[in-house]
Amino acid sequence: MVPLGHYLILSAILFATGTMGVFLRRNVITVLLSIEVMLNAVNLAFIAFGRTLGSVDGQVIMFFVVTVAAAEAAIGLALVIALFRHRESLNPDVFTSLKW
Amino acid sequence: MIPVYVAQLGMVLAVFVMLLLSAAVMVYSERKVAAFIQQRYGPYLVGPRGLLQPIADVIKLMFKEPLRPVAADKAIFFLAPILSATAAFAAFAVVPFGAESTFFGLLDEPIKLQVADVNVAVLVVFAITSISVYGIVLAGWSSNSKYSLLGALRSASQMISYELSYGMALAGALVLAGSLSLTDIVNAQQGAWFGFIPRWFVFVQPLGFVIFMIAGVAETNRAPFDFPEAEQELVAGYHTEYSSTAFMMFFLAEYINMVTAAAVAANLFLGGWHGPFLPEYLGWIWFLVKVAAILFFYIWMRWTLPRLRYDQLMQFGWKVLLPLAALNLIVTAAGVIYFGN
Amino acid sequence: MAVGASLLVVLGRNPMHSVLLLIVSFAALAAIYIGLEAPFAAVVQIIIYAGAIMVLFLFVVMLLNAHREDDAAPPAGVTSGPLRAGGVLAVLLVAELVWALRRAARGGDALLSAGPGADPAALQSVRALGNRLFTEYSLAFEVTSILIIVAMVGAVVLARRES
Repeated sequence: MVPLGHYLILSAILFATGTMGVFLRRNVITVLLSIEVMLNAVNLAFIAFGRTLGSVDGQVIMFFVVTVAAAEAAIGLALVIALFRHRESLNPDVFTSLKW
Repeated sequence: MIPVYVAQLGMVLAVFVMLLLSAAVMVYSERKVAAFIQQRYGPYLVGPRGLLQPIADVIKLMFKEPLRPVAADKAIFFLAPILSATAAFAAFAVVPFGAESTFFGLLDEPIKLQVADVNVAVLVVFAITSISVYGIVLAGWSSNSKYSLLGALRSASQMISYELSYGMALAGALVLAGSLSLTDIVNAQQGAWFGFIPRWFVFVQPLGFVIFMIAGVAETNRAPFDFPEAEQELVAGYHTEYSSTAFMMFFLAEYINMVTAAAVAANLFLGGWHGPFLPEYLGWIWFLVKVAAILFFYIWMRWTLPRLRYDQLMQFGWKVLLPLAALNLIVTAAGVIYFGN
Repeated sequence: MAVGASLLVVLGRNPMHSVLLLIVSFAALAAIYIGLEAPFAAVVQIIIYAGAIMVLFLFVVMLLNAHREDDAAPPAGVTSGPLRAGGVLAVLLVAELVWALRRAARGGDALLSAGPGADPAALQSVRALGNRLFTEYSLAFEVTSILIIVAMVGAVVLARRES
């Protein structure tokens, strides 16, 4: 059996990858995708803990995380569409002023 | 005598070959049935009564020149038909088509007539159906052509809209059986009431069955929901730019999706392999009969009903089918709690 | 494979490819969940995440024609300095997390080196999951459903054209 620590390290690596993506990418869609990567990493940690502690709570929480991620992705993408309509660009650096 | 894993491998191979053959049979029967509905003969030149027609079709398609538009995204263009076909085959992996059998004592212990018995089989079918959306979307997009893209987007929206009703109708049958495993659901339909009405779920929730069939037709992009392939309007929709083997893959994927949907419907609502007059180990004959009946119904619908316009299609899916499916689920759940089946 | 796919998601030039790689990464994670005796979680991941959310992403990418990389010409003169610094910080983050985990393991925390806990068969039961979902977590369930409705309405309103 694979010990818990290994799964947590994998989760940490995925999370760091996602964070790197959020900070470094210049395309809002890729930023949103990186956020999904981070959420995925967290899900992995939950399920791994659930299995180790022998309880089904891990899966229940993962279920909620997935649902919230879905809602957040929908709103994020709607925002991206609205922003794009205004400024024709997907580069987050372009949106520097609060008022247009 | 024969170890189990050899039998499992044999099962995988058998299912694969069976699916391919069923696609060929579907091609032939579609053209014949269409012809008879339209009061003409259909293919009769190739082989006796036109039985070798599918082989001729396959050979023709394979010898065509494979085209690829210059501006197409190479990797995705190549990947899309493979994805479609793979998803279609994979969905059938968890569908059981017969009772456990030892093949007349050749095996040490009975194996199920199913490639893999997963606890959550129903959900796996549903999941792989969701993936098959991608094959279409990617095909349309990577062809870099207006017709393909429009067809692909329409098809994808249609498929994900009807997936909801599909899932809820599935859930209705689930609630009755109390398990997610397809084998369990089929076994819950054994026996008969009053000795002659079989205990199939279709009699307990006919609405669920109807919704499932309609959603299944919409999911597999068949008429009357085949607007994405609308031959008169969009050339050929998402597979406009494909030719030869890739086109064959899409065709194959479509027919096998139909077979899978029919098989799942037979298992969920029509009692799978249970039927009168035959002993248990010949149950797969009943299964074939039921699947064939559903497929015939599919073909019949295609050549009889006119095509729905896209907005009518979407409105129907969201405003009519989804509330009905939800209602069905609620009533079924209430019934199960009340009657305690 | 999950790590490789996720790295490519973040580093890839073409957002279209990033979306597809994320789907691959989800599939890899789903396989891991099956290995963790959580088949329901795996299937839910595929249905919802890979099956629906990613389709949404694909639609938006196609709609906004974002498949060409437009990172290349940032208007504010962002050089590759931040890029390198960011990479270093990410590696530091991973190192720190791994170090923390190692330290906890060495410190006698038996949890981290434990294999499966008691009664893995109970985990497999979707019935148990449903039970837990609707009793202990019923409030969260209801709130989540409200959240979804709000998100739906919000998304429709935000993405509407100013007419």
